[in-house]
Order: sequence, then C-alpha cells, then structure tokens
Amino acid sequence: MSKYEIAIWVFMLAAFLGFELIRRVSPLLHTPLMSLTNAISAIAVVGAILITGEKNATMLSKVLGFVAVVAAVTNVVSGYLITDRMLKMFKKRGDK
Amino acid sequence: MISMETIFPALYILAAAGFILAIKWMNSPVTARRGVIVGEIGMLLAVVGTLLRHEVVNYEWILIAFFIGSAIGVPIAYIMPMTAVPQRTAFSHACGALASALIGTAEYYRQTPHGFVMGALIVETLLGFLTFTASLMAFGKLQESLPTRPITYRGQNIVNLSIFGLAVAIGIFLIFVPEQKWLYPIFMVLALVFGVLLIIPIGGADMPTVIALLNSYAGLSASAMGFALDNKLLIVAGALDGSSGFILSVIMCRAMNRSFSNVLFGAFGTVQTAKKEAVQRPVRSASPEDAAEILDAARSVVIIPGYGMAVAQAQHKLRELHDVLDRRGVEVRFGIHPVAGRMPGHMNVLLAEADVPYDRLFEMDDINPEFPRTDVALVIGANDVVNPAARNDKTSPIAGMPILNASEARTVMVIKRSMSPGFAGIDNELYYMDKTLMLFGDAKSFVANIIKELNALVPVGAH
Repeated sequence: MSKYEIAIWVFMLAAFLGFELIRRVSPLLHTPLMSLTNAISAIAVVGAILITGEKNATMLSKVLGFVAVVAAVTNVVSGYLITDRMLKMFKKRGDK
Repeated sequence: MISMETIFPALYILAAAGFILAIKWMNSPVTARRGVIVGEIGMLLAVVGTLLRHEVVNYEWILIAFFIGSAIGVPIAYIMPMTAVPQRTAFSHACGALASALIGTAEYYRQTPHGFVMGALIVETLLGFLTFTASLMAFGKLQESLPTRPITYRGQNIVNLSIFGLAVAIGIFLIFVPEQKWLYPIFMVLALVFGVLLIIPIGGADMPTVIALLNSYAGLSASAMGFALDNKLLIVAGALDGSSGFILSVIMCRAMNRSFSNVLFGAFGTVQTAKKEAVQRPVRSASPEDAAEILDAARSVVIIPGYGMAVAQAQHKLRELHDVLDRRGVEVRFGIHPVAGRMPGHMNVLLAEADVPYDRLFEMDDINPEFPRTDVALVIGANDVVNPAARNDKTSPIAGMPILNASEARTVMVIKRSMSPGFAGIDNELYYMDKTLMLFGDAKSFVANIIKELNALVPVGAH
C-alpha cells in the first residue's frame, strides 16, 4: 500500500468514527462540543511548528508559519479553556 | 534502541487517542469535563512530540508565537460573556482556518509539490482561506458590527458560483502545473472573496447551520494538511472535527426542514417581506399580575426560550422564576428547539450559566408529547420555532419545520416587545389564538415583574 492509500484509509475510518461519536452527544452539549472539536482542529499547530522551526526555512515560510502558530495557539487555548468554563456550569438539581 | 525518532510517533498515536476519548466523553455532562482534560493532554503530547522532531531546530519564533497566541487566547476564554459564545466560536474557526491556509501556502512556495500532495494542498488552502473570511464575516454579523439582515441582489448566486468555480478551476490547473506560481495569489484572493460573499446573504437565524458548516470546513482543511504533510494525527483530528461540524449542520438543517443549498443560497427571510399588508388583528394582552396568577394556579409550566431571551439577557430572571414557581409546587421545565439561538446548543449554555439545572432542559422530541398535559407554555424571545403554520400551512416558508407544540398547552403566554413579525417575517397564528395571552414588554423586566407579583401573592403553602 502506498502512503497515500494508507492516508485515505485513515481518513475514512476517522470520519466514520467521528460520525458515530458525535451522533451520541446530547443536544444539551452541542455548544461545548463545537468549541471542543474546534480546539482539536487547531492541531494545525503541528504543521505550523514544522514550517516555522525548520532548518532551512525561508523568510516567507517563517513569517507565514509564525502567524499560523499564533492563530492556532489562540484557537487551542481559548477553545479548551472556554469549553471547560461552559461545562463547569452544567449542574444537576442539588449539585453544588 | 529507543530514540527520539521512535518516541514521537508514539506521542502522536496517544494524542489521537486523547482526541477520540475527548469527543466520546462529551456525550454526557457527567464525563464531559474529563473529556476536555484528555483533549488537552492530547494536544500537549502532539505539540511536545512535534517540538522534539529533529527537523525542528529554530525555537525562538515558535516560542514567541506561543506566547502571543496564549496572550490572546486566555483573555478571550475568560472575559467573553456567555452570550458572546457564538462570536467566539466563529473567531476561533477563523484562526484555525487561517493557520491551515498559511501553512499550505508556505508549503507550496517551499517545495512546489506535485500530484497527490499538491491536490491535498489545494483542498487545504481553498477551504482554509474561504473559511477564514467566511468565519470573520460570521463573527461580524454575530457581533452585530455588520448588518445581521441577509443582503441579497440579483444574480448573487451566479456571481458567487462563478467566483467559486474560477477558484476551483485555477486550483485544478495548479495541481497539474504547480510551476505557474503567478496563479497562486489569484487563487488565494478568489477563495478569500468567496468566503465573504458566501456569508453576505446569510441571516441570523441560519447562523447555527453556517457555524457548524464552517466548523466542518476548518476540520477538513486540517485533515487535507495531514495528507499534504503525510501526518496521520492531522488527518484523524481534522476528520473528527470535519464529521462533527457536518453532523451538527445536518441536525440544524433538519430542525428547519431545509437543505444545505437552501441555507447557503436561499437567503431566507427576504421571501415574505412584500407579502400582504399586515392587517391588525386583535390579540389578548395581559399584565404581569395576570400572568403571575395564572402561573401560580398552574401545575406544570414549560418555558420556551429563543434568541430574544439572549438579547434581553433574561436567563437569570428566568432561573429566578423557575425557583419561585418550583417553591410554590409548580413543575417548571424548559423546552429547547435545536435551532433556538445563534449556534447549536446556545440556549442550553445560557441557561446553565444562569444555574438552571440541566435536567430541567428538554429537547424538542422529549417535551412535545408533554404539551397537551401542560398548563402554561411561556414563550420568551422565540417565534418561528413555535409557529403552528409550520404544521398547518403548506404555503408557509417554514412549512414542514419541526416546531415546539406550544399551541397544545392549555394556556400560552408570549413575552414579546411588540407585534412585529419574527426573523422569517412570517406572521404567527399562535399569537391570535383564544388561549394565548400576549405579554408586551422587555423580556427581562417583564419576568422580573412576574416574580415580584408572585412573591406578593399568598405565601407558599397557604393554599
């Protein structure tokens, strides 16, 4: 199997897994769910680090990568923190 | 022998597992916070694993960027009021999409890839750039710094589709001839412009669908980056996000009985404006005092909040009302329509913020069978989602949309500023029914007045 073929297999399986997992999330938590998946999609930070920190990075790559790291980190940090802030508020009757 | 090079793939695998568990645990409020923690650990492992890779040698820029990103992200997360959550989400989508578009662009100029990798790069940057501007536009509309009305003009769909078509055509051409570097900036600009044009005709009530769709695009863009960089972690995380956004937007579309293309190209809300001159029809209105007496005599009350509740910031007063009635032995529940508010689940978060216990919040399908046994349905800031025309009038623009059957309750009370029609510009039969009482005024102060009247009634237990 070529590496591209493997990549497509991975994508397909992950997408179906995603469908099955998300379908089970109660509408009660749809807003925090979206914040959370949004924070997860900021995994782009991995690509941004690779581009920015590379040995032979050109000035262009560095600048683009730098902005990308800033954007992705903003997304990660605010995404996770606000998801937790929201979830903290969901209480059952009698919970303190 | 264990070296760095064997550790980092392991870190990536653990990170992917963390993301999967994070989403899995979101299915219940009991485990959800644990989900956030494993998600954070996953992200930490991914970042550490990447920093340790031997290709990464320059750390200064990265560390400065981390610092700036955190300095922006932390205040956003803590200062933003809960009513601004939809805007924050849109802004965050814009950040994620921008990151992946810029990385794609840098990759293109760095190595001018061919074939499969170039194809992935084009998908990544196309989705990234258009999601970036579209999310900023959505942010502007939600923040109300841009007009929230859908803006339409003749030939709009043709203009939009041709711009998108041109961007795709140039993209495909670049996949085959990546050396034509002068075309790339044109491709980029077209994608950015398309993102703006896509949101111009979208109105506030369609925001839940659109935000979910943008969420999906941002994820797919990250996934495409995974293909371009041959990185499985990116593929998995992006696919999870992509499918999540997609499912949410399907749920939103179903909750409005509309198709994707109708949401994106239908420019809802402009259809009906020129319809018949609204004839003034008589309605019954009531004072806070009347409302308090009826609520006090009721055994079960269902409160139906809509975006108007968020605008009036009435959620805290509603919780007080819930508490007062609860103490007087009235069962109070909240019926929540899937598209109430400006993003999926918006009402639930606001009510949770006001300390309404989440076991009092009911989904549409669970609360609808309860309405015939309900004494009072109290509609606050919602309109189209309780409009019986959706079920009775086949010619209505919202025909077939699933609604909360408030009209089946014994008494209906609607808190509303005036008789002006709702977002879709459709008159609501509910308001003219014999059992309906209109409570005119600002949602927050009206509820406050009801509470005052309730407290002035005979003390609890005396009847």
